[in-house]
Amino acid sequence: MGIFSVYVVNKAGGLIYQYDNNVPRTEVEKTFSYPLDLVLKHHDEKVVVSFGQRDGIRVGHAVLSINGVDVVGKNTTDGKDIMEYLKDSSNYPVSIRFGRARLSSNEKLMLASMFHSLFAIGSQLSPEVGSSGIEMLETDVFKLHCFQTLTGIKFIVLADPRQSGIDALLRKIYEIYSDFALKNPFYSLEMPIRCELFDQNLKSSLEIAEKAGNFGAGS
Amino acid sequence: MTIHNLYIFDRNGSCLYYNEWNRRKQAGISKEELQEFKLMYGMLFSIRSFVSKMSPVDKEGFLSFQTSKYRLHYYETPSGLRFVLNTDLSVSNARDTLQHIYSNLYVEYVVKNPVCVPSHSLDSELFSGRLDAFIRALPYYSPRAA
Repeated sequence: MGIFSVYVVNKAGGLIYQYDNNVPRTEVEKTFSYPLDLVLKHHDEKVVVSFGQRDGIRVGHAVLSINGVDVVGKNTTDGKDIMEYLKDSSNYPVSIRFGRARLSSNEKLMLASMFHSLFAIGSQLSPEVGSSGIEMLETDVFKLHCFQTLTGIKFIVLADPRQSGIDALLRKIYEIYSDFALKNPFYSLEMPIRCELFDQNLKSSLEIAEKAGNFGAGS
Repeated sequence: MTIHNLYIFDRNGSCLYYNEWNRRKQAGISKEELQEFKLMYGMLFSIRSFVSKMSPVDKEGFLSFQTSKYRLHYYETPSGLRFVLNTDLSVSNARDTLQHIYSNLYVEYVVKNPVCVPSHSLDSELFSGRLDAFIRALPYYSPRAA
């Protein structure tokens, strides 16, 4: 628990940096005999459970590995089509690992630009004059904090709802961005951030923030 | 401490009920309220799908968001009815309020009312009267002095 991930979005809504810090994993591995009592289907280039929730395997979970071999898209890393493989009774018993599908980098790009527009709509729908966009979005399991700089860069932090001190962290990330991305002569503005020093400093400040703001009385 | 406005949407996205109490800025996009309802529902719909993708675990459940000026509280019933309440930033949790509006006002005066057509804009005077009285009696409702 603590801080889940960090996103940096440029002023056009493009994702220029993403880091997964501490994402809780829910994965279930189970051995099945023929016939498979789950219904699987293709969805978004992945094989997901569409029916037959059991033993912690839930509808929407993706197949992550088969007999210890990782899965990429619709195939395993050794090139077998998952659906075909699981149809064949001679392959059983088979051990399949299910879990929440990890976000692909394409999905992350899409989510970042989606938030960019939600941010704008949030300020448009304001019942008060002069409202900013979404600064904090709260759900049952996480809180999303967003800080927009004057130049339009958005720093987004996903954290546990009980984690405190996120506002200070967002400003710290802005400082790190200014020091290690903007001042880097090889960094071009609005482009993805690939700077080693930025990475290192971000990681260490996330660690500090996680320890310091450990489940205080809410942020 | 104040309440700005309340929207009730049905599962298909049509706005069943809208009322405002202390609202300064009128819909900026267009004078027609309809445009605003569509935009609001569209935003909530996108936020829901955004949250379910973003969520690190299987559970989800959008509660509220805040900007520098207001906080939007959201409550969805299992039947797909959506209650949206905009307040100022001092109201940290309005879940109980929205739940009360649903179970003690909507169910009592709309669902149990034989002449109210479901999924049709609510024009029951009884409901709007009770709702208005309830909102005005809330501890964090206070018409702005100015």
